[in-house]
Amino acid sequence: MRRAGMDQGGTGLAASGENMVGTGKGGARRRWVATLAAALLAFPGIAFADWAWNFQPPASPIADQIERLHELIFWICVVIFIGVFGTMFYILIKHRKSVGHQAAQFHENTTIEVIWTVIPFLILVSMAWPATKVVLAMHDTSAPDMTIKVTGYQWKWNYDYIDEGFNFYSTLSTTLDQIQNRQKKDPHYLLEVDHPLVVPVGEKVRVLVTAGDVIHSWWVPAFGLKQDAIPGFVRDTWFRADKIGTFRGQCAELCGKEHGFMPVVVEVKSKDDYATWLAAEKQKLAAVADDPNKVWTQDELVAHGKKVFDGNCAACHQPTGTGNAAIGAPALVGDKVVLGPAQHQIDVVLNGQTNGVLQHPPAGGKMPSWAQLSDADIASAITYTRNSWGNKAEQNVIQPKDVKAERK
Amino acid sequence: MSSITQPIGGHADVAGGHEHHPSGIMRWITTTNHKDIGTMYLWFSFTMFIVGGVFALTIRSELFEPGMQIVTPERFNQLITLHGLVMIFGALMPGAVGFANWMIPLQIGAPDMAFARMNNLSFWLLPPAAIMLLLGLFVPGGAPETGWTLYPPLSIQQGMGMDLTIFAIHIMGASSIMGSINIITTILNLRAPGMTLMKMPLFCWSWLITAYLLIAVMPVLAGAVTMLLTDRHFGTSFFNAAGGGDPVLFQHVFWFFGHPEVYIIILPAFGLISEVIPTFSRKPLFGYASMVYALCAIAILSFLVWAHHMFTVGLPAAGILFYMYATMMIAVPTGVKVFNWLATMWRGSITLEAPMLFALGFLFLFTTGGFTGLIVAIQPIDVQFQDTYYVVAHFHYVMVAGTLFAFFAATYYWLPKWTGHMYNETVAKWHFWGSFIFFNVAFFPMHFLGLAGMPRRIPDYAQQFTNWNQVSTVGAFGFGLSQLIFLYAVVSCIRGGKPAPAKPWDGATSLEWTLPSPAPYHSFPTPPVVQ
Amino acid sequence: MSERENRRLLVRLGAVAVAMFGFGYALVPLYYTVCDALGLRDLGRPDAVVNTQVDATRTVRVQFDTNVRSMGWQFTALERTADIHPGAVTQAVFRVVNSSGRAVTGQAIPSYAPRLAGEYFRKVECFCFQRQTLAPGETRLMPVVFVIDPGLPHEVATITLSYTFFEVEGTGDGQTGA
Repeated sequence: MRRAGMDQGGTGLAASGENMVGTGKGGARRRWVATLAAALLAFPGIAFADWAWNFQPPASPIADQIERLHELIFWICVVIFIGVFGTMFYILIKHRKSVGHQAAQFHENTTIEVIWTVIPFLILVSMAWPATKVVLAMHDTSAPDMTIKVTGYQWKWNYDYIDEGFNFYSTLSTTLDQIQNRQKKDPHYLLEVDHPLVVPVGEKVRVLVTAGDVIHSWWVPAFGLKQDAIPGFVRDTWFRADKIGTFRGQCAELCGKEHGFMPVVVEVKSKDDYATWLAAEKQKLAAVADDPNKVWTQDELVAHGKKVFDGNCAACHQPTGTGNAAIGAPALVGDKVVLGPAQHQIDVVLNGQTNGVLQHPPAGGKMPSWAQLSDADIASAITYTRNSWGNKAEQNVIQPKDVKAERK
Repeated sequence: MSSITQPIGGHADVAGGHEHHPSGIMRWITTTNHKDIGTMYLWFSFTMFIVGGVFALTIRSELFEPGMQIVTPERFNQLITLHGLVMIFGALMPGAVGFANWMIPLQIGAPDMAFARMNNLSFWLLPPAAIMLLLGLFVPGGAPETGWTLYPPLSIQQGMGMDLTIFAIHIMGASSIMGSINIITTILNLRAPGMTLMKMPLFCWSWLITAYLLIAVMPVLAGAVTMLLTDRHFGTSFFNAAGGGDPVLFQHVFWFFGHPEVYIIILPAFGLISEVIPTFSRKPLFGYASMVYALCAIAILSFLVWAHHMFTVGLPAAGILFYMYATMMIAVPTGVKVFNWLATMWRGSITLEAPMLFALGFLFLFTTGGFTGLIVAIQPIDVQFQDTYYVVAHFHYVMVAGTLFAFFAATYYWLPKWTGHMYNETVAKWHFWGSFIFFNVAFFPMHFLGLAGMPRRIPDYAQQFTNWNQVSTVGAFGFGLSQLIFLYAVVSCIRGGKPAPAKPWDGATSLEWTLPSPAPYHSFPTPPVVQ
Repeated sequence: MSERENRRLLVRLGAVAVAMFGFGYALVPLYYTVCDALGLRDLGRPDAVVNTQVDATRTVRVQFDTNVRSMGWQFTALERTADIHPGAVTQAVFRVVNSSGRAVTGQAIPSYAPRLAGEYFRKVECFCFQRQTLAPGETRLMPVVFVIDPGLPHEVATITLSYTFFEVEGTGDGQTGA
């Protein structure tokens, strides 16, 4: 079915839904592009690279309205453009010295000057009217079916299902090997996450957007939704996905080093599938919550810890634990905190520390506090660092209860 | 022009023709001559253009294909910051001041700028500021990773490169303000008898308005970055929510400066184009008065539209509608200017020398940028385009194909007056066609990238964006190499060439063409009388 | 056209530049004045409650949202939502646990969604009016007492009250920076 997505916007990777159906507006033009794209697909080596040149297929009423508004204004501009530059080229051909044209000497004409001030003004009014309607529609956050809070962090998203009482982090799942060209890139390179946002189709989702450190911007092109995430303040907006499928966007406000590596992935499911997913998700959370004193094996901790580490710590300390001197993140390989007493390492992870290279509070250049992660996540990540990349710490198994004890 | 007449201002260093002046490097360091200072501004501008261009080509090389190849993500972010700051504060603004210094006194029949020593100071503040800005690359933590907009809290997190940048902006701002005071005073007080304001060449008008804009907004930028500095180091919380501040406030203050700044960069270009088009159409400028009013209208509107740069921060609907309508209104005076230029050409006797080619290139591409500007002014559409390559395409159409092309047009236009030689028309045409074609190859695909959803300021991208990025990178290198033709054309014109007559363009009318070519070191010691 | 005229213009234009630098700073209070007038911002002080007529004809759902920015606290609302009538005095309770090993001072910043709801959201008493200092391991229950102005536009049926705790210098005695 991926060809269906590709045929629509020429964007191929934008939407790879199962139930994608053609949208009427702009369809003919899209099909023409699709033919071109299909022709290009015949060439080896550019299988996934195409010539995307228009909006991703809209998957919400607002995105659809935006696209139609854009087409209207675009074509008005094209008509004016042709008029203005048609005139210019006519002048350049006819009124040339080389064709013997003599210069007239007139230099003003009030009537025509008034005309070309008033007519553009009227055209603008005709553009402003439909635009205003869309602006007002976008601001109507009343009567939502559900509310999700989106929090941007350097460099991941947290999705909090406020009505359901659970939340999770969503981080890039593309491997560093792909980014550094040591491995073939996935079809959804840089637009794939470990844990996408899941929403039911057809429901009005109110989105509360905020940030935990710097400004981010949550953007899903197919929903026509982009909202800056401002630390300390919530903003609300909404979308109603009218198609089932997977929709991909990215952070749209420069937020530091990994700004290009924090995609937004939204899975729109049918209401039944959503209910199933929700039940499973709750069950998973209940399982963790039920038994905080569960004793994990070293292998379990290391396996889970790798995921936690790659999702949260690797951005600075690198997946290989080699650190990044440029931003003051020390190498964890052979590090004396990692190889020393576990209690100290837990304390550093829970409370953060300033490392003396860059000391610009509140967040810059220091190890932030990771207290928001669960005990199990922190214990696993620490255990992972103590047993990886050649590290062999004396205390090499840290249990969630050790972290819990340290929190008090 | 008798050589015995005393200078008008009575100022010994204004135009003392009999005075000894130092030679060699000291001539340039101590000079108070508007032509020398103008020349230095222009070379400084070109140097920074090359530096910023190298940054741009590094960025484009990294973006040639998906994956990280050339620089690290943090270095990439530093390069985009410096590319923006260097091009705006190093290349475009000083370039415009260079033309002002050289040409305003000649066009209004003044012997020099009003404050000749301050003129020297405003230039010589620039090189240290530029060095300070670039030094950021070599200090721990590097240059700011924030983009030229320096939004907090990200800018609060940065290392000492941020402080260097803030000080560099302060110094460049001081330079701009001094330059502007000088230009306003020169235009208001030193015009030759009979040169009323409404007889001034439009270039002088555009600069008069620009200079007022600069005095109004450069201090606001200085205030904004000072607030950043005190937030960083002295415990204030202007932009820190914890202390009762608001990070969005910075965006308001910044764009209160930033939007007029856009017009600061484009208005002198409008002035330059209004000189070139009538000359090569052999016909007076159409609608002179409405051109002046349109410039004023654009300048005033520029103070009312800043929040269109912040259409996704979550403004209330009423605010969005106000800023959207105000922004769309700018299309009216801008349209008047374009129509007037066309009407100037209408029934003229047009020739297509290099200055005219660049002016037409300007007209064509700037107007394209104007149309995309109108499209992004519509807030619902801007929600899709904000912080994408569409916006990058839009502002390069107005900054590069707008201002930079106007600078090229003006350079070829006045090179005979500056050097006393004609430039090589064939070489200049190669420069034009190289620039025009490769500009479009580099920047037109960015519209498609933005439409398809590629955010700006990212060092790596998803694979569906590959093809247009590759086209764009090829175009960027072509555009960069075309500028070497420009360097060759200018240098060879300085070193020699066909001697230029006093008025090499038969359609030119303004005062500078009454002087011999090259313009004498001291011009108009006695004011010429206009009509 | 004399030297003196030039100098006079220099002084005047210089004064304009200095004044505009001041204006840059004046934009700060100006911004907050505009935001206050539009109800987009909420200072750390009690609001005057003028109209306590309860509008029983409609119910507004208030969601309580909690955030902690880079500090070792756990911050939750005891009740995540409340359905209330505009005009009714309501109390919501939040719990903060200092799970770090040291005494930490925090300041809570309130924020509303939709933004315009802030204008109609009157807080009589709030833990955000003061900094809060918690000893290591301390748990504290903190109330906010509020009234929703019955003038709230009818299309607003859900309001989110969001608090973010930031770590600040000093101790719990201080007033907020605002």
